[in-house]
Amino acid sequence: MVIGAILAAIGIIFNLDHSHRIWANVLLNGFFFTAIALGAVFFVVVHVLGESGWHTAIQRIPEAMGQFIPFGGIILLIVALLGMHDIYHWSHTEHLDKILEGKKAYLNPIFFIVRTVVYLVVWTLLMWKLRQLSLASDRSDDLKLFSRSRIWAAIFIVIFAVTSSTSAWDWIMSIDAHWFSTLFGWYIFSGFFVSSVAIIIVLLFVLRRMGYMEQVNDEHLHDLGKYLFGFSIFWAYLWVSQYLLIWYSNIPEETVYFVKRQEDFSIIFFMNVVINFGAPLLMLMSRGSKRRLTWLLVTSVVVFIGHWIDLYVAIMPGVIGEPHFGVLEVGMTLLCLGFFLFIFFRSFAKAPVVPENHPYFKESFEYDNIR
Amino acid sequence: MKQKTYVSGYFNDDKDLIVAIKKLQEKEVVIADVRTPFPVHGLDTVLKLRRSRLPKAGFVAGSIGLIAGFGFQAWVFTEGWPLNFGGKPFMSIPSFIPVTFEVTVLFAALALVFGFLLGSGLGPGAPTEIFDEEVSNDRFQILLTANATKKESSQQLLKEVGALGVKIHEPKS
Repeated sequence: MVIGAILAAIGIIFNLDHSHRIWANVLLNGFFFTAIALGAVFFVVVHVLGESGWHTAIQRIPEAMGQFIPFGGIILLIVALLGMHDIYHWSHTEHLDKILEGKKAYLNPIFFIVRTVVYLVVWTLLMWKLRQLSLASDRSDDLKLFSRSRIWAAIFIVIFAVTSSTSAWDWIMSIDAHWFSTLFGWYIFSGFFVSSVAIIIVLLFVLRRMGYMEQVNDEHLHDLGKYLFGFSIFWAYLWVSQYLLIWYSNIPEETVYFVKRQEDFSIIFFMNVVINFGAPLLMLMSRGSKRRLTWLLVTSVVVFIGHWIDLYVAIMPGVIGEPHFGVLEVGMTLLCLGFFLFIFFRSFAKAPVVPENHPYFKESFEYDNIR
Repeated sequence: MKQKTYVSGYFNDDKDLIVAIKKLQEKEVVIADVRTPFPVHGLDTVLKLRRSRLPKAGFVAGSIGLIAGFGFQAWVFTEGWPLNFGGKPFMSIPSFIPVTFEVTVLFAALALVFGFLLGSGLGPGAPTEIFDEEVSNDRFQILLTANATKKESSQQLLKEVGALGVKIHEPKS
């Protein structure tokens, strides 16, 4: 329903614009929503490994979000196969300059596609396995399922640690292939993880409105709010680390990245930090603010938009020279958002709303955050 | 705290403590103080204590720190003793960020620590009344005020709500 309405908007715009802008948008949104889905799986995995109990009350939301990985993956694969030449300079193998020539062993079309496929296949398989174990534990009291989910969570997190960085290098950092930053992988990770938390909160709000998840209490909201607050600050910390070091050493090879953004994309560039750091910092500082779902919802929407802008700043300057924002951007985002929500609700409906058989489920309702 | 006589009753479990407090509240007894070896969940709520203003003080102090830290650096490196660091401009905002952050945290932390000590009447040299040393070990204590005439009923009250032992504390003078 949601997708259908938006598809129309897209259809109109597609004809008018330059192809590389279209592909950049597909990449941006494809990556954003796939990464949000991946971040959701990471959320569950981290809590499984940390032996946490409170997350079981809301566990089904990130689990269902994770189901989008293969679908978002298909979008990214389409970008890799068809849009490569419009986005990535290194894909024009006929005329590579000296720097791109040096990176040819890693940044070449075939290896790129192979890596993309590997990431998506591996992530999908791990996500399926974890989901399978979670659903199986609903139907059986076998505690071995619980310990097996811990093992698979551990496998996931090791693979995630590596591939979250390398995929960020492949899909985003290689757009500015003459540049590199060793912090980039985790910078992108922190951005999409906090977006995952924001989407969990938004979906919780929507599900509440629909009548589900009444058991979720203020304590759970408080914890989600703490994540949103803390990881926004973490993102800002990584942003500053990357920026400050490049600013300070002033090496032209590195500064070219920020010069481009500060000069041609200046307002959006600074807005990026204000929205993603200043807003959550001030909006979620007080204890009460983290326990009110409507306020959390507002902040989550702000964070979501903010990190879309963050990816815009990361992707667009390398693909299109100046900032363009129009119906194409809005339409493409809504299309992918609609697709994401469609997959989410379909997956959510396929499982019991709460994993009542989980060994730590009761614990989730008997804790409180100290005053 | 120094002039009054207090009657204290102790418990060995924090759950018993909460139950006892609720019983005392039903009898409309005014509780003077409760002492515990560790923070007890739900104690603030059951005693209906007003929310501390300390976080607000911390925020204000942190904001002052932000302005002070940034402002000081800005003055030092433009007016006070400008130095040429690698050709960077004198008012180089990115380089001011780490110290500004640290000063913000410092001011907030100092305000919180000293605010806490002042607000709760603690700190080096502050007068304290220790009613039972075991409170820092494994005992939970409820203190009731006792006028000379009411001493007996306070003791009885505490025994009724389950105190394992009751003591009367006369003022030191």
